[in-house]
Amino acid sequence: MSASQFASASQVQAKRSRRNALRSYLGAYGFMAPAGVLVVIFFLIPVAIILYLSVTNLASSNFTSDLAKMEYIGLRNYETLLNDQFARKIFFNTIFYVLFTLSIFNVSLALIVSLLTTHIDRGAGFVFRALWILPRITSPVVYILIWKRMMAEAPFGILNQFNDWLGTPTYNYIATNPWVFVVVVNGFIGLSFGMIIFTSAIESIPKDLLNASLVDGSSKLQRIRYVILPLIRWPLLFVFTYQTLSLLTSFVEIQLLTDGGPGLYRTEVWSLTAYHRALSNYFGNAQWGYGSAFAVLLVLIGVVLAVIYMRVFRFDELVAEPRVETL
Amino acid sequence: MKVTIDNLTKKFGDVVGVEDLTLHIDDGEFVAFLGPSGCGKTTTLLTLAGIYKPTAGVISFGERIVNQVQPKDRNIGMVFQSYALYPHMTVFQNIAYPLKLKRVAKNIQHERVQQVANVMGIGNLLDRRPGQLSGGQQQRVALGRALVKEPDVLLFDEPLSNLDARLRLTMRGEIKHLQKDLGITSIYVTHDQVEAMTMADRIAVMMGGHLQAFDSPDELYSRPKTQFVAGFVGNPPMNFVSVDVSRSNGAFIAQADSLRLEIGQERGEAPAGYDGAVVMGIRPEDIQISGAGDIAGEIFIVEPLGREDLIDVRVGQHSFLLLASTETQYQTGEQVKLRFDMEKVQFFDPQTEKSILWQQ
Ligand SMILES: Nc1ncnc2c1ncn2[C@@H]1O[C@H](COP(=O)(O)OP(=O)(O)OP(=O)(O)O)[C@@H](O)[C@H]1O
Ligand SMILES: [Mg+2]
Repeated sequence: MSASQFASASQVQAKRSRRNALRSYLGAYGFMAPAGVLVVIFFLIPVAIILYLSVTNLASSNFTSDLAKMEYIGLRNYETLLNDQFARKIFFNTIFYVLFTLSIFNVSLALIVSLLTTHIDRGAGFVFRALWILPRITSPVVYILIWKRMMAEAPFGILNQFNDWLGTPTYNYIATNPWVFVVVVNGFIGLSFGMIIFTSAIESIPKDLLNASLVDGSSKLQRIRYVILPLIRWPLLFVFTYQTLSLLTSFVEIQLLTDGGPGLYRTEVWSLTAYHRALSNYFGNAQWGYGSAFAVLLVLIGVVLAVIYMRVFRFDELVAEPRVETL
Repeated sequence: MKVTIDNLTKKFGDVVGVEDLTLHIDDGEFVAFLGPSGCGKTTTLLTLAGIYKPTAGVISFGERIVNQVQPKDRNIGMVFQSYALYPHMTVFQNIAYPLKLKRVAKNIQHERVQQVANVMGIGNLLDRRPGQLSGGQQQRVALGRALVKEPDVLLFDEPLSNLDARLRLTMRGEIKHLQKDLGITSIYVTHDQVEAMTMADRIAVMMGGHLQAFDSPDELYSRPKTQFVAGFVGNPPMNFVSVDVSRSNGAFIAQADSLRLEIGQERGEAPAGYDGAVVMGIRPEDIQISGAGDIAGEIFIVEPLGREDLIDVRVGQHSFLLLASTETQYQTGEQVKLRFDMEKVQFFDPQTEKSILWQQ
């Protein structure tokens, strides 16, 4: 065989392997496509739209059918936002809300409930978990209504009825402790997500491993500390990350419960502000452009946090490389 | 440590795991639980470990009744079939875990782990994680973890069944050697009768949650008390044939159609007293092909096993498995003469399946 034949053979081979590589890439992209389409339609395009809106003065007061009248105003909305006397308070409200709901309910109590319900009789554990899921599957309006009716001021609220009978003073619970209720009401919903993930993670730990720990001399508590928790590290970090981001953007329950009040912005959070500014202003003027500026900053915070979490928790290391290489 | 199990029953709802089990295990003894899948071996072991609470019955370690004692307070070591190594810990941490739970000082932990690891031949693997070990190495780590706390009782649940045949042979020897060296009372669950026969001082044969026999390997082999035990212990399995045993002219004759065998007094007298048919059992190694034999048969199948041939011979409509040396090449369809060693036959009651020769 001559040298040129060699060369052409290896060229053919290179071409073929390039084609194979291409084909396997196409396969991979094909599988990612559905998720990709969803991300584009429901994330990238909306983000692009609000990015655009946030640099305009679009509002109901100057809205006409002639969109050409919409004015480009550069970063003026952002300027206004930074000078907004309440922006600071709302920002810290948001941190407070996310931090407390997340740490107390969405992670800690979720973990405690899953640990408890996996350490008792299976049937009973299932019933308890089913009860904890109720807040999540109840429509938010109905769920908040239940809380409000329970806590309402005398003579309407159930708790105040008891106060009445017992002769103790009546309270307007939600109005006096709005933050407690904002956190608890959201936490009761948020808990079930972590609970489901943690429970399934705990139940998928091989029985032999759990038995081995007891035989090796651990108590049930030591087994949780040394075996169970390390083995559910991934779900823990996942729930922590995921729930931070979803709490940042959630506002429906707060809107229904306190609508950011009582008083000026007492329990207003960032996402609720975006909604208030853009879609439901007290003064009847919906400032679509200004509200979008709030929304854009929220997206920015979310993306930055997501990247930080991925770095700090090293998610790429937690997900093991698949053993099966190219098929 | 002596282990006493009295009338132990463990049920899961209506499912019987093990029922009315009574076993007295001596200090330092190596006992095997042998039985087919689902017969309650693991259930018994986990009940001994304290993972399951007995439904009824009493378990004692030494003189102490342990029914209500937590697993951690039983001072047992256990080796699981799946090894059950903690995947997030290194080999060192895995072996040190029982010591850490006992709050043994750090430097002593190091010393003991290193010592055990050296005995197990894994001293150079202490920094690895279980995922980075071969099956055999994982097995040694599991064994090391069970041994490191110097347990009073060692429990093994089919520890070798995931290893290849060769490694199994090596580990079999090592475990037995180690057990004799350390003198730790051990209970070894297996469904592999060769493992049980070669390793155990005594074997508890179980079936369907019930104890069938508890005897030394030798006893089980030569004096099985039930037909199940006779058929389960020994490979290839014992041949069974339904015969009538009668006394004629001072001799005892077992007869099944054309098959007619003379039995000595020692083994013939008891079955002769029975009305109707009894089950006769004879092991493959107790039947020889020999020109001097008096039973005519025809070779049906020859299966070469390497060291010897397993041959299925038809006598009338009865079929017998037997072992023959590979020196003679037997052919299917060949007519041969058989000699039955009637000093070694067993007889069982066809209804109760109990031995007629060896009453409990
Ligand atoms: N946790 C459980 N819940 C309900 N039934 C069980 C449980 N564990 C075992 N059993 C049942 O108890 C019986 C004995 O099971 P066990 O695991 O002790 O069998 P085994 O002898 O160890 O079998 P193998 O050789 O297959 O491991 C089986 O019928 C099994 O289905
Ligand atoms: Mg088992």
